[in-house]
Amino acid sequence: MTLNIPSFNLASIGPWITLSIFAIAILLADALSPKGNRTAAPLLALAGLAVAGFQTISLWGKNGLDFARMVYVDNFSLFFYMVFILGTALTVLISLQYLKDYGKNLAEYYALLLFATVGMMLMAAGAHLIMIFLGLEVMSIAVYVLAGLFREDARSNEAALKYLVLGAFASAFLLFGMAMLYGAAGGTLFLNDLPGRLTAGFKPLTLLAIALLVVGFGFKVASVPFHMWTPDVYEGAPTSVTAFMAVGVKTAAFAAFARVFFLAFPTLMPDWTMVLWVLAVATMTLGNVVAIAQTNIKRMLAYSSIAHAGYLLVALVAANQLGAVSLMYYLLAYTLMNLGAFGVVILVGRKKDSYLSIYDYAGLGAQHPALAAAMALFMFALAGIPPTAGFVGKFYIFSAAVKAGYIWLAIIGVMNSVVSVYYYLRITVLMYMKPAEADLGPINFAPAVTATLLLTAAGVVLIGVFPGFLYNLALNSVKIFPGL
Amino acid sequence: MQIIFFILAGVALVTGGLVVFQRHPLRSALWLIVNFFAVAGIYLLAHAEFIAAIQVIVYAGAIMVLFLFVIMLLNLREPEAEAKFMHLGQKVGGIILAVFTVLLLIYGVMQVVLPPGKAAPPGLGNTESIARLLFTDYLLPFEVTSVLLLVAIVGAVVLAKSKLK
Amino acid sequence: MTAWITGCLILLLKLGIVLVGLLLLAAYLVLAERKLLARLQIRLGPNRAGPLGLMQPLADAVKLLTKEDLAPAKADRLIFLLAPAVVAATALLIFAVVPFGQDWVIGGRRIPLVVADLNVGLLYALALSSIGVYGVALGGWSSNSKYALLGGIRGAAQMISYELSLGLALVPVVMLAGSFSLVEIVAAQSRYPFLLVQPLSFLIFFVSAVAETKRIPFDLPEAENELVAGYHTEYSGMRFGLFFLGEYVTMVVMGSLVAVFFLGGWRGPWLPPLVWFFLKVLGVVFFMIWMRGTLPRLRYDQLMHLGWKLLVPLALLNIVVTGAVLLLLRA
Repeated sequence: MTLNIPSFNLASIGPWITLSIFAIAILLADALSPKGNRTAAPLLALAGLAVAGFQTISLWGKNGLDFARMVYVDNFSLFFYMVFILGTALTVLISLQYLKDYGKNLAEYYALLLFATVGMMLMAAGAHLIMIFLGLEVMSIAVYVLAGLFREDARSNEAALKYLVLGAFASAFLLFGMAMLYGAAGGTLFLNDLPGRLTAGFKPLTLLAIALLVVGFGFKVASVPFHMWTPDVYEGAPTSVTAFMAVGVKTAAFAAFARVFFLAFPTLMPDWTMVLWVLAVATMTLGNVVAIAQTNIKRMLAYSSIAHAGYLLVALVAANQLGAVSLMYYLLAYTLMNLGAFGVVILVGRKKDSYLSIYDYAGLGAQHPALAAAMALFMFALAGIPPTAGFVGKFYIFSAAVKAGYIWLAIIGVMNSVVSVYYYLRITVLMYMKPAEADLGPINFAPAVTATLLLTAAGVVLIGVFPGFLYNLALNSVKIFPGL
Repeated sequence: MQIIFFILAGVALVTGGLVVFQRHPLRSALWLIVNFFAVAGIYLLAHAEFIAAIQVIVYAGAIMVLFLFVIMLLNLREPEAEAKFMHLGQKVGGIILAVFTVLLLIYGVMQVVLPPGKAAPPGLGNTESIARLLFTDYLLPFEVTSVLLLVAIVGAVVLAKSKLK
Repeated sequence: MTAWITGCLILLLKLGIVLVGLLLLAAYLVLAERKLLARLQIRLGPNRAGPLGLMQPLADAVKLLTKEDLAPAKADRLIFLLAPAVVAATALLIFAVVPFGQDWVIGGRRIPLVVADLNVGLLYALALSSIGVYGVALGGWSSNSKYALLGGIRGAAQMISYELSLGLALVPVVMLAGSFSLVEIVAAQSRYPFLLVQPLSFLIFFVSAVAETKRIPFDLPEAENELVAGYHTEYSGMRFGLFFLGEYVTMVVMGSLVAVFFLGGWRGPWLPPLVWFFLKVLGVVFFMIWMRGTLPRLRYDQLMHLGWKLLVPLALLNIVVTGAVLLLLRA
């Protein structure tokens, strides 16, 4: 039996390989190093992310498929690679001191972060649905474990279990949808082949498959009505992991969501945009309205993350080039502002998350003005107030909706943004207008977290004031979708 | 052949239902094993002997044993009183949705006219053809599964090891 | 039509002979074991029933069949009754793919001396051996007794742990033979038995096979001085007999698998194939009995250590080395 292994170029999956190798190196270094010495793991993780970043940049501009058409090497995936790398790197930075306080600064944590990043990259670059599914599982399993990292904490356990059980359920929906699609397409799951194969006779089956895929992806991006897990999991998981989940998992799921739907089902656009329209409205509205009632900062950010999933769904509904561009831009902006906000939560929470109520932020403006200013900036950004990146992102998204003819959707979106201003500004009001109930005491400004706050704050303002560069990058990336 | 298929499919459906409706976790697990056997039988009918064997070894023989192991270790018995997980409205809504989905599924599948299947090239046994696919077209997903398994192992150690240094 | 009927008849005949042969072999294996153990312990062993105690198996069978069939009051009855059958049936079914002789030609008609030559025979054997776990685990669980439950849990843990090395040890054999069919594997050993080129595989497989039969030194699931009789504590009469029978049939089956995979199956000079096959099987089985008479029981952690940290990595290493050597030889 002769076996002709198709030719492939390892460089086209260079970032995955680098991250996997560094993850294994972290585990090995931990196993071989003397006990108690754990400075190497985060450094190795950052080094790995840096190398992967360089590889991603060197791949930029390539456009093609590799590994027997299993993986896309195109700007769309590379753009998301950069977002993932950025998100993971910032997560590593905000984790270090936080985990040390809990006595949980484990090398495995960083290894799992890197593996999860590999999974995200698979999702963004998979050219075959099985690749996307594998990526989803690699990412999800790593995140399930990370959510339960604080084994002694009942809430962390609850978060991990809830996320695992419901996540497995959602994966089953996704897989079932893929199986339906396999039947409807006559035995192929290549995204490139799907539009040609999904002929009219298979429409009922295809629609069913699309519905199941929406459930699967909808769960991962935390859209209503698949959002029930979000607040509990976000609250129970370690804050650094919550940050990672909120930005990384959502971004990866949206990348795959957009790629699959834009590329594989362009002919059925009227059908699925209708469903997503309803989901988008429900998600925005519920997320924003319920967020108002939250007094725990992590729960509030959880509902805010649901609301943002709603805005991002609007970009999918628009299903035009501007929509895809706005999706990419907003996901990057969201990564920056959300990680920044969680960085502040970690600093204010201090040792072992002792201060997580929003009322703990009262008086922060007087006692730690710099920190309060950063938090205010992130809140403004999340609310979408100029000149931050949040504003530009929302502007792109709603213009895309208007351009596609979804006037009402845009209006509902804007109204939702107005509602969201209430709870984001409440934090700011508390920080600056309310006196502290007691002396807040010292805050341990770990250099890594401070650096993260500076970076994200600068980023939020910078890409908010000068969005042109990113806009062009994204526009350059979405050319791959012929249906838009 | 068709009769055997319908028998196996019927067994698979009925046992699938029994898995859900049994109140004792162990009974559910046992019906699931029967279900796996029925599915393995369907694979055999499709001349996928390798998949059938793997289905039995991996699912019936390994994964379900672990399920059983956990049920036995925790000594799960029948729940004393029915746990109130759902309101009536949720139940009714769920049933309506499920029935609707099944009907849609049946309708969808009925519409499908599959192209005539290609006969397997002669001299190419079942195991060989799977191996060929795994090492050519599906090389990358195949390798990625090893990352997936590694992640799962590391995760299990993180969650379960009694003392992490 | 006549060809079809004769084919059917031959198959039924073969089935009958194999079944009866296996059961008889298992029954006399019990006697042989008791005799051998007695020799090893400088005793006489059973010698009352018939000359040299040769009627002992019959006496045992009568005793087991006429005993009352008890089930504990709070047992899960259905599962309790089914579990022993699973153990015995899976063990018997494995033998279906074992070739025990060269093809016979009678009246121009080829009769292969194997019940069914499956092209995934090896996987079939592994699958059934993995199903056998259920008999032990469920028997232990359904008895509603602490000792039985502990035995069942131990049995399940032990058997799934060693199944891994059992299967991995066979990968090099498949690589050498290029087939999953047991008939093909025997055919591939026409020049030399695989034992000569795969001694490590043989060792791993043999140890794992002994562990799968739950015999000393791997008899933790029934460890009589801690667990009374482990998973079959609550069983009596012929249901206990089925567990017992299952164990001895498994011994014979594992012996035949060792013979097929590593000792060249029925191949051998001078003597007829059938005799060679029996000699090889009995040789392996004798070795198992010898081990029982010699070795102490492993501790639970030692058992797991041996399986997961020694046999599995060794088996994996063996696969890699075999693959590399094959590649070099063919290049």
